[in-house]
Amino acid sequence: MSIDIIGTLSIGLLWGVMAVGVYITFRILDFADLTAEGCFTLGAAVAARLITVGASPIASTLAAFAAGAAAGALTGFFHTKLRIPPLLSGILTMTGLYSINIRSMGMKPNIPLMYDNRTIMSDFAKMFSISNKIAVFCVALICVSIVIFILWWFFNTEIGYAMRATGNNENMIRALGVNTNVTKMLGLMLGNSLVAFSGALIAQFNSYSDIGMGIGTIVIGLAAVIMGEVIFSDKNSYKGLIAVVLGSISYRFIIALVLELSRLPTTDTRGISSIVLAIALALPLIRKSLIRKKPPASLEREVA
Amino acid sequence: MLKANNLRKTFSPGTVNEKFALNGVSLQLAERDFITVIGGNGAGKSTLLNAIAGVFPIDSGDIFIDSKDVTKYPEHKRSQFIGRVFQDPIMGTASSMTIEENLAMAHRRGKPRGLGWGITNDERALFIDHLKILGLGLENRLTSKTGLLSGGQRQALTLLMATILKPRLLLLDEHTAALDPKTAQTVLDLTERIISENQLTVIMVTHNMKDALKTGNRIAMMHEGDIILDIGSDEKKSLHVSDLLEMFEKASGDQISSDRMLLS
Ligand SMILES: Nc1ncnc2c1ncn2[C@@H]1O[C@H](COP(=O)(O)OP(=O)(O)OP(=O)(O)O)[C@@H](O)[C@H]1O
Ligand SMILES: [Mg+2]
Repeated sequence: MSIDIIGTLSIGLLWGVMAVGVYITFRILDFADLTAEGCFTLGAAVAARLITVGASPIASTLAAFAAGAAAGALTGFFHTKLRIPPLLSGILTMTGLYSINIRSMGMKPNIPLMYDNRTIMSDFAKMFSISNKIAVFCVALICVSIVIFILWWFFNTEIGYAMRATGNNENMIRALGVNTNVTKMLGLMLGNSLVAFSGALIAQFNSYSDIGMGIGTIVIGLAAVIMGEVIFSDKNSYKGLIAVVLGSISYRFIIALVLELSRLPTTDTRGISSIVLAIALALPLIRKSLIRKKPPASLEREVA
Repeated sequence: MLKANNLRKTFSPGTVNEKFALNGVSLQLAERDFITVIGGNGAGKSTLLNAIAGVFPIDSGDIFIDSKDVTKYPEHKRSQFIGRVFQDPIMGTASSMTIEENLAMAHRRGKPRGLGWGITNDERALFIDHLKILGLGLENRLTSKTGLLSGGQRQALTLLMATILKPRLLLLDEHTAALDPKTAQTVLDLTERIISENQLTVIMVTHNMKDALKTGNRIAMMHEGDIILDIGSDEKKSLHVSDLLEMFEKASGDQISSDRMLLS
């Protein structure tokens, strides 16, 4: 049995950025946002296209980041201005993004990155004369560290507090003078910019962008979020951010392990993802029925 | 300092569920007035407070705070004037955030938020001083999440949050109703103390007639979306619960519908 440790770590970190984005919308903002599904591809498409026309990898990645923020803003607009429910707002953007993604890829369903196209990883490998594999790992680690550090700072600012409270008790924070439409909008932009950022990194890592690569983003992201919570449990604080990344890494190792043991083709990854998420979601229930010492929560409340 | 004129609010207008929750209710408060509001279930007490706080737009009428017309202000903009405590302890705090984080957010009520730190060390010291006054030991638990607190602790904390920046108007909506009698008394004592120390202007909704008579300088009765009685401090002092019930029946032509009101 052989699992590529460094490679799996790298993938876990790169997708971890996406999971952190999902964590921000789903958990911190408590907004079931499906924008991510289209936004991940958007990031990949924008970055790959810009790279193939000769833009610098970093600029291309930043453009992907901005495109993600715009997609989040669109969902925010549907929800806060047009009063469309969260789920539907995300679905509208996600569906519309399909056309936009195809357009950003020049009306083609995929863009391969050729050997002579630079990527952040290849630039990094060249700059420090290290192997591509190590470069990927370093880039992934650096990106995740920067993201976590900035978010840690952000969620400790006044606006960051207001955003966390918006997902936690919207009425209360509105009564304390926060326009929750603004915090929701910002949160959606922030979360989706990270999702697109991750898509841009994955496109460079895989050397292609593809119209279907965002399918399953939510499931993969939520699996990481929930595994992070189950394994490293600390909800809704900055430690939660690190837990999500660790969850993303654990999740990748599980997938790698399952693929290795079962010898299933990699196309089964998404099927396995769904099963892993279903199990992770059911864990609290499974745990309860295994222990069964405590009465159910509803009973507890009545007694107390 | 507060002038609410002829407020009307209909929920679900034009449907079978149409409900006239406020029927042209008017209320004026002078500086330092402390008015208690009683009335049966569904009389419109919470709706009145929500209308004043701007939770929803009203159908007609206008609201002035300090002779500023705030009728068109959204809730978050009115918050610069108003502190609130709700009936349900869960509603007052962000439960997965810590005590100090909640206080820090309250300490910025009605102010623009920027990218400065959400809490400063000076604030922490201030919060500890204030929490000590509550006498619940919360000053040692600044970094506990408020979801872990008991209902009474949460209401005391919410009260502190509502008043840590002195509000022009404090709105209390049955904020002791969900607590056991002893805790309710503690929180009520605390309420009176904070109100008198800060010389606040207050509207307090309560189901407890004794509390309504004992506290404050005015008492108002609501019935079917309107204030049917508004008694000033001189008359209020000599009243008993039985007088109040009698006056209510006369004014409304109705038996008091709320069992909770009779029981208390
Ligand atoms: N958001 C809403 N949508 C529809 N109807 C509402 C809403 N809020 C209140 N109502 C209705 O308006 C009426 C007044 O409600 P309100 O909550 O103000 O009563 P209350 O005097 O506070 O009663 P209680 O003593 O039970 O708290 C009730 O009939 C209620 O059903
Ligand atoms: Mg009420």
